Amino acid sequence: MKSALVQIENLTKTYQQFRALDDFSIQIPKASIYGLLGPNGAGKTTLIRILNQIIYADSGTILFNGHPLNSEDVSHIGYLPEERGLYRNMKIGEQLTYLATLKGMRVEEAKTELRYWFEKFQIDSWINKKVSGLSKGMAQKVQFISTVLHRPKLLILDEPFSGFDPVNAEIIKNEIIALKNNGTTVILSTHRMESVQELCDRICLIHKSKKILEGEVNELQQRAKDCVYHIRLSINHNRSALEEYISNCKAIFDVHYNGKNEVGLKLKYADQNADIIIKNLLSNSSLLHLEDQIPSVQELFVRNIKQYEN
Amino acid sequence: MSKLRLIIKREYLARIRNRSFIVMTFMSPLLFVLMLTLILWLIQFNTASAEGKVWVLDESTYFEDVLSTQEMQSVKLINQITLSEALAQVAEKEVMGLLYIPKASSVELSAEGAVMYSKNSFSIQMITPFESAIRSKLEEERLRNMGINQAQFDEVTRGYSLKNQNYQGELNLKGINEIKAFIGGAFGYLLMMFIIIYGGLVMRSVIEEKSSRIIEVIVSSVKPIELMIGKIVGTTLAGLTQFMIWICIAFVLFVALFAGLGLGLEGLFQREQLTLGNDSKAFLQISQQLEGYIQAVLQFPWESMAFFFMLFFILGYLIYSSLYAAIGAAVDQETDTQQFMFPIVLPLVFAMYIGFISVFDTPHGDIAVFFSIFPLTAPIVMLMRLPFGIGVNLVEVWQLILSLVLSFTTFLGILWLSAKIYSVGILMHGHKPSLKKIFRWIKS
Repeated sequence: MKSALVQIENLTKTYQQFRALDDFSIQIPKASIYGLLGPNGAGKTTLIRILNQIIYADSGTILFNGHPLNSEDVSHIGYLPEERGLYRNMKIGEQLTYLATLKGMRVEEAKTELRYWFEKFQIDSWINKKVSGLSKGMAQKVQFISTVLHRPKLLILDEPFSGFDPVNAEIIKNEIIALKNNGTTVILSTHRMESVQELCDRICLIHKSKKILEGEVNELQQRAKDCVYHIRLSINHNRSALEEYISNCKAIFDVHYNGKNEVGLKLKYADQNADIIIKNLLSNSSLLHLEDQIPSVQELFVRNIKQYEN
Repeated sequence: MSKLRLIIKREYLARIRNRSFIVMTFMSPLLFVLMLTLILWLIQFNTASAEGKVWVLDESTYFEDVLSTQEMQSVKLINQITLSEALAQVAEKEVMGLLYIPKASSVELSAEGAVMYSKNSFSIQMITPFESAIRSKLEEERLRNMGINQAQFDEVTRGYSLKNQNYQGELNLKGINEIKAFIGGAFGYLLMMFIIIYGGLVMRSVIEEKSSRIIEVIVSSVKPIELMIGKIVGTTLAGLTQFMIWICIAFVLFVALFAGLGLGLEGLFQREQLTLGNDSKAFLQISQQLEGYIQAVLQFPWESMAFFFMLFFILGYLIYSSLYAAIGAAVDQETDTQQFMFPIVLPLVFAMYIGFISVFDTPHGDIAVFFSIFPLTAPIVMLMRLPFGIGVNLVEVWQLILSLVLSFTTFLGILWLSAKIYSVGILMHGHKPSLKKIFRWIKS
């Protein structure tokens, strides 16, 4: 794993009787996209607000870039909350400059950045418009710019794609990837599993204030897969020999023959030598289809929550 | 600190660029002057329209002279008509009353038999001039019967005025206390209005950030207390700007008005002289008195008053506006604020009443002293006491210091409390606020 930008250790937060985070620890590597998943009310927003120092944990530590998180660090964090908005009666350019200077950027610098992003999104003409004249999707674009304008090291995006049409969602997605490639660390909290699959290097599944699954997306999927090949063969030699081999092989199950000299089967490969079995099968047939069944992030999510409940 | 400056700047600009703020700033003085003109005009119209509203049928003719003076504008004298005819006529026309004085052998008997006929019963204000007119004629008649002439009578009833000196032997000016109370009351009222108008603005500005959902982004950059203080200061500066503009406009308008009507102060004095007639002695006395008042007002401890006025004004405003900010944070919409408004406005109104009831009579009595120290009423009540002077047996220095210290401590306490409500409340959406919930926020 690359060195961590954020190290969270044993974080606990309680509201009155309700425990929102329970002994929670994760590490977020630099220049990666880290997915924060979990059902509603799991504690994601609490964690994000603690990282933004809007609220404070009861116990536990957070290291940011190697030092304990302090109030100076807010200038290196960009935050796009789920419940987001803008000043309705303020000009967009002025508003974005204000937000960037609040993050510690100098006015001239903020204006330069602003021009860069407005040209990039081809919205130069909006600078002197007021937010009250924008559509929801347009406002979302402005909000995204406000989050990245001050060139933060850490970007915290809570449901960044909500309110975007597919075309604009794609633009934002590409920007997030570009930012990551330029060294920005991104925390992405979302319920859209397909974007998690597409974007995230690592994920953490939070449920009932606890971490129940964490790791690299590929690794987690590999670990969770059933180790079953889905195979379809076309029988082209000795059919009876093939049938006999299949019925004697314990690793093969779910066999379906159809009239066209085709057979579909599943092969469990973990404890046996799958290469030899496949070779033997192919001595009397040719391969039409072979697929290693990997669970999607969606499946991981649902399966782990169910497991935890049991 | 620089973040605080940014917030103050944004708040200030957001307020003064607001269209309704601009309209209010320039329209209010205009509306005020218009209203004043309207009232003056209405008063004039009222006096004019009262002409001929009361008919007088004086068969005795004893009273014709006293009933036809300048002050009896509303009177129309009629004659050569019987009472019943006159009654029939007034019933038809828009006449408010008919004063009938019968012919008799003496003034006394005529007065005895006089009756005011009217459709509706007369107000005291309406009937008094007629009573005093008749009474003056009766007095004159009675004096003549007793063999006393007017000069003798005037000598007997000559007025008397008791001099009022302080223990050092300096002459006290009568009525100066009323002037002081008026100045103090005006300042107290000004503070109350300032709190209600601009405290409300602070509250609305908090609600606006909450309902537009920008608040979470802002508090990820700055501390809630910084945001709250920035809002209060920015709005206050905008308020002061508005006040300054109002004062300037009012000044210009009044100068223009006086110039336009040709009513310089000189003109005013000349008119005064005219009404007093040739009695230059009386005029001299009045102008001396006026000079005394002006001098007494100029002798007020203006510097220290201005200084403490500023202090109490700022403290009082800060105490209440942080409360307003807390309310704004606790609610989602302005309509939810009503239930919290009452507890805020109550001590303000109470302070004004205490001022009017207690400070005007006994500015340094126990009640006035207590409420000028009690933090929630102190700013207003102390502002009302201050024109009476600072010193022994006046607003004592220990009272000033204690009041300031207590007010400041209260301000810090309320700021802390409001900041707690604020920092929890601003992230709460869709909750119906209640006092119980707010106490829980403070405890957390």
